[in-house]
Order: sequence, then structure tokens, then C-alpha cells
Amino acid sequence: MEQIIKQQILKKGLKKSGRKKRWLSRVLVMPVVIFLIVFFVVPLADILCKSIINPEIHRNLPQTLQALATWDGKTTPDNTVFMALANDLREARKKGVAGAIGRRLGYEDDKYRIMISTTLRKLPRKPVDDIKSKIVAASPLWQDPTTWQVIKQVSGSLTTHYLLQSFDYKTDYNTGKLVPITIKMHNEQVANYHIKILLRTLWMSFIITSFCVLIGYPLAYWLSCQPTKRANLLLILVLLPFWTSLLVRTTGWYILLQSNGLINYLLQLFGIISQPISFIPGRFGVYIAMIHILLPFIVLPLYAVMKGISTTHLRAAISLGAHPLYAFSTVYVPQTYAGLRAGVLLVFIMAIGYYVTPALLGGPADQMISYFINYYTNEINNWGLAAALSLQLIVLVVILSWIYSKISYRKRKV
Amino acid sequence: MKRKIGLLLGCYLLMACQKQNDALTVVSLGGIHAKTQKETFYKPFMKQTQTSIVADSYNGGMAKIRSMIETQQIDWDVVQVETANLIRGCSEGLFEPLDTNLISNKNDFIKGNFSECGIGFFSWSIIFAYNKDKLPREPKTWKDFWNIKDFPGNRGLQKIPMIALEAALLADDVKPEDVYTLLKTPEGVDRAFKKLDEIKPYIRWWEKGSQPLPMLLTGDVVMTTTFNGRGVIAQQEGKPVGLVWNDSFYDVDNFAIIKGSRHKKLAEDFIAFAVSSAPQKAFSEYSHYGFVNEQVIPLINPILLKELPNNPDVMRHAHKINANFWVEQGEPLERRFNIWASQ
Repeated sequence: MEQIIKQQILKKGLKKSGRKKRWLSRVLVMPVVIFLIVFFVVPLADILCKSIINPEIHRNLPQTLQALATWDGKTTPDNTVFMALANDLREARKKGVAGAIGRRLGYEDDKYRIMISTTLRKLPRKPVDDIKSKIVAASPLWQDPTTWQVIKQVSGSLTTHYLLQSFDYKTDYNTGKLVPITIKMHNEQVANYHIKILLRTLWMSFIITSFCVLIGYPLAYWLSCQPTKRANLLLILVLLPFWTSLLVRTTGWYILLQSNGLINYLLQLFGIISQPISFIPGRFGVYIAMIHILLPFIVLPLYAVMKGISTTHLRAAISLGAHPLYAFSTVYVPQTYAGLRAGVLLVFIMAIGYYVTPALLGGPADQMISYFINYYTNEINNWGLAAALSLQLIVLVVILSWIYSKISYRKRKV
Repeated sequence: MKRKIGLLLGCYLLMACQKQNDALTVVSLGGIHAKTQKETFYKPFMKQTQTSIVADSYNGGMAKIRSMIETQQIDWDVVQVETANLIRGCSEGLFEPLDTNLISNKNDFIKGNFSECGIGFFSWSIIFAYNKDKLPREPKTWKDFWNIKDFPGNRGLQKIPMIALEAALLADDVKPEDVYTLLKTPEGVDRAFKKLDEIKPYIRWWEKGSQPLPMLLTGDVVMTTTFNGRGVIAQQEGKPVGLVWNDSFYDVDNFAIIKGSRHKKLAEDFIAFAVSSAPQKAFSEYSHYGFVNEQVIPLINPILLKELPNNPDVMRHAHKINANFWVEQGEPLERRFNIWASQ
């Protein structure tokens, strides 16, 4: 009896202290959680939401949409709709948001942007009776029922427009079907370029990651075989570029690679070439600089893993008659998979999101997806498309890391 | 513990809020502009009005201004904006409509200086510069810029369709007054791109105003478009740079007041001050960019005047960039240009 009571008291005490500990640990991680939510999750979600929200039309043309509710959808709407439109446009102009209407309609077809701006210019300041003929005179497009269908179609508060556009598709406003977006180039229709950019980004990152593995693996192996003192010194040399700003390193490569830079000078001095090679702007310069910048990210995890692998395994395999190369590939390499996986993933994901280096060293054909996200955010002011491209990038990274973890997990089991 | 954290947070927020002060915040494009404006606009204005100005800079994109207005955290008052962005931003409600009664002598200003939301405060030209050491003779026109045979070497162009398309048409024997009418037609656009195709393998693109002259001087290109101020300064430093002013394109950079600015009155006073003749003269002398107020002409050193876009001889052969055209029809051109350039 007494013992049971004692046990219960002990259990209670244990529970209590456990609760206290759990509580304390929760409090301790709270700042990080709050910080992440406030400065990372919320802004990120806010930006990504911009890829589907569509406030321009239903917020700025409320009267028009109301008047359009009874429209048959086939003929030019009657005067009341035009009256409502004139009111909405006047209101929008007063509030200074008329440009947003034109911008949003312009995404469906460029002619609508011009239609809105000419209508705004010729719109009578005061309400008049026969507003329909005035507006149609300003831009004949208003007579076309298609124009009104487009307005109705883009009036929802959510849209798939930006997400589709990031994959070079759009909904055709006549048939409602998905059609590829094309652009007229010298008498031929060329597909839009977002998929091309995505594939280019993946390809460039793949090349960079491959070279990082090819160079980084032997380097890390060699480092791990050095005596501790020398290894530490060499490791500092690997780390040294880490402490220099990315921009400085990129500019450094710019100076080295330019047509009267050191590399061209040396090549000419030794008579290897007679005319300077233009490395930049170009893919080659981007590759060289990015491989150099990202190399430490694969060397460090590999080194950390290799340091912990005992050399006796290799020696044992060789003493049992394996060819050194065979022993290396079957005994040593599998033990480094964890580091290799971490390094490859790190380099690949960082390479996908690179901006500064391609922007400085590359030409227009060497720009990766981040460049276009910046372009749509800052230059064109199309935040919906910028958000859709960002979403594309994030989803890509998540899928890739998921696939990769699956593959490497299976390998480890075998 | 919790209370302490709360207290700490409170203090921090209080400190953050105290940053708001009564100074006027003027935002420029940084670099050489920031320095010039500080010397020629801010300092004399502060002295005259006994107020203070906080200088800030941005990259010229509308993103930051838009997010400021969306979140109602308006820290800026006056911003320097290029004309196309000014028109675009004005129609989307990013700027306060400007009271043109601020300026009494409107007739003294150069063409295209006023728009609904802003006033131009200096003018710039896109001209082309060439390397005197590398070319057999002086190029004189956009036709020469396109002539790879007689003037071998790479060409520098800004990586935007603006000016590239206009210059291509001029090089293709189009009369200057027809350029924009032609660019409004699909045939005209095709013609401009076909002309650009001719020199495409030789084009080296630049994106920032600081890039073209180093490209020219290191020999990466033998001719390049550039902003006039940089070209003139390079010439004065004794670099072998020749400048072609014929058929140059000009526009103004504007001051606009951000919608919801907390110091609107002071901002208006500042803008009116900046376009008055004394600061205008000082600005041109300091930066070698053009002035907008023609009352300056008799005051300025005639030797300097020769090197400004305001030089009457230059003005006769210069063309105003049609910002309205680029706002309305620029986007499809930009898309096509991007695809074309990246192929």
C-alpha cells in the first residue's frame, strides 16, 4: 500500500518535472518560431498569394459588373452598362487607380490597355445622356461583345492567369480552352519563354553541380587524407572565399575574364591565342564563377563525412584482393553518400536561385529564373507573374529535394 | 520572464516608431546623382528654409513605392522617377497629382517637362560614343553605328527596346518624325527588329549607366550608346572618346511626390526650388546633364553649354523620347525584345 502511494507520488513528481522541462524548452524555441512566422512565413505567403489574387477589375469596376449581370453575352451592352462604366472610370481616375484596370485587361490582350487609356482621355468629365456613342467613338473595341466577355471573365477575385502564364499557357477568352501563348517574331509565332527559362535554369544548375562534384570530391578526399595540421590550413584556404562578399568574388571574375583581363593576357603572352577570347558576357564565364563560388558548399559536407571514415576498411578490402579502384568505389564511396547528398542538394538548390553572378557575367541568353522574378517585380511591375514564377521555383525545389531523399534513402538500404 | 520580453518588445517598437521625424525625405537614383543633388539642391534648400532633408536612394523600380503605399508605411516624400514610370505610377495612384501653379514661368521650360504627377528637374540625352583610337574615321550617324564593314568592332546598347528600336529605324532611313508612327504598326516593328538583326552578333548589352564607357575604353566595344553626362566627363578626363550628338534622344528625369507623403507642402516647395534657375545652373555645372529651365541659358558658361543637351545646335537635331508610346505599347515590344535578345 505504502509502496503504491510512494510510486504514485514519484510518478507525479516525474510528470511535473517533465512538464516543466517541456514548457521551458517550448519557451526557449518561441523566439525562433515567432521570428520565422513574422519575418518569413507571413511575407512569403503574402507574396505567393499575389499569384492568384485578382482584385483589379472587381474592385475598380463594381457598377459596371453589376450592370453586366443581366447582359445576354452576345450583343453590345446597352446604354446603362456604358453609364456604369463611365461612372466607374471617373471614380477610378479620381482615386488614381485607372492604370490598374488597363494593366490587368492588357494582360489578356495588349489592345485593351490602349483601349482603356484612350477612353480615359476622351471620357466626358460630366455625365451625359448618350454616353454609349461617346465611349464607342473613343475606342471602337467597346462595340465588340468579346471585350465585355473578357471583362466579365477577369472580374473574379481569384485567377489562374499568372500561374498559367508562368507555364506559357492562357485561357482563350473566346473558347475558354487552354492555349499556348505565342509571340510574333519575324513572321513566325514563337512560344513564350518561361518554360525555356525554367529548363535553362535547371540545365545550368545541373552542369554547375556536376562540375562541383567532379572537382569537389577529389579535393575533399585529398584534404581528409592530410595530417590534421595541414588539413586545417588547407581548409582555411577553402573557407577563405566564404568570407568575401559574393559580389566581390563575381566582380573579381569579371575583371579576370574580360577581353583585356589577366586570363586573356596570359593566353596571348604564351601564344596560345592571337585574338582575345570573349568569355563574358557568356555562359562560360557564368559557369566558371558559379562553380568557384559554390565549391565550398560541397567540399565542406564531404570533408566532414570523409574525416569520420576509417581508412582500415579500404585497407582491409585491398588486403582481401580487391583492386584499389574497385575497393574505393564499393567500400569508400558508399560511406560518403550522406555528405555527397547534402552537398549536391545544397549546391543545386543554391544554383537554381542564383541572381547576381549570371546578371553580371551573363548575356541575355544566360539569365536564370531569379533574373525574371526581379524583372517582373521591379521593372514591369507585374507582381502576379513574379509571384507565380517564385512559386514555380519553390515547388521545384521542394519536389527535387523530395525525389532526391527518396532515391538516396533506397540506395542506403541496399 | 514573459513580462520582460514584452517590455523589451515594447521598447523596441517605440524606438522604431521614433525614426519618423519631420525631415523631408528625398530619394534619388544614388551614385553620381545623389552626390550632385546633395550639393546643388539639398544644401542650398536647407540653408534657405531652415529645414532638413534626408537623402535616400533606390534602383528606379516602382516595387518599393508600391509596397509602401499598399502597407501605408510611407517613409519617402519626393522621388526621382523616369518619365515612363511616372506616367505608369500616376495612373495607378502611386503619386500625388502635382499642382502646376507651383511654377509661375512655365513657358521657360523645355518641351515635355510637366506631367500630371511630376516635374522634370534635369534632362539627359542618349547619344553614342566611340573610341577614337580604334576607328579609322569619325562615325556621324546611326547609319554608321550599324555599319560594321567600315567601322569594325562590337557595339554597346542598353538592354531595353527603348532607343534600340528608334535608332534602328533611323539607321534604316526612316525620317525622325515618322519613327513612332511606324513603331505603332506591326510592319514598323518588324522592320526595326530586322535592322537590329544585322548587328546582333556584335551587340554587347549594358544595363546600368556606369557600364558603357568602361566597355568602350577597355576595347570590348568600339561604339556604344551612353548617357551624355558620362561621355562628356570621360572626354574631359582626356580619354580618347568621341561623342555623336546628331539624332540624339532626350528626356527628363522627374521629381514626384509619393501619395500620402507626410510633408506634402514642404515637398512642393522643394520641387519648386529645384527647378528655379540658380539650382538648375549649379546642377548642370556639377553633373554635365542638361537643365530644364531655360532662364539658365544666359547665366551659364557658353563652353559648358556646348556640351549639354540644351545646346541649341544639338536641340535642333535631337528627338524627344515618346514616353506615352512606351507606356501604352511598350509591354508587347519588351516581351518580343527579350525573346529576341535571348536567342
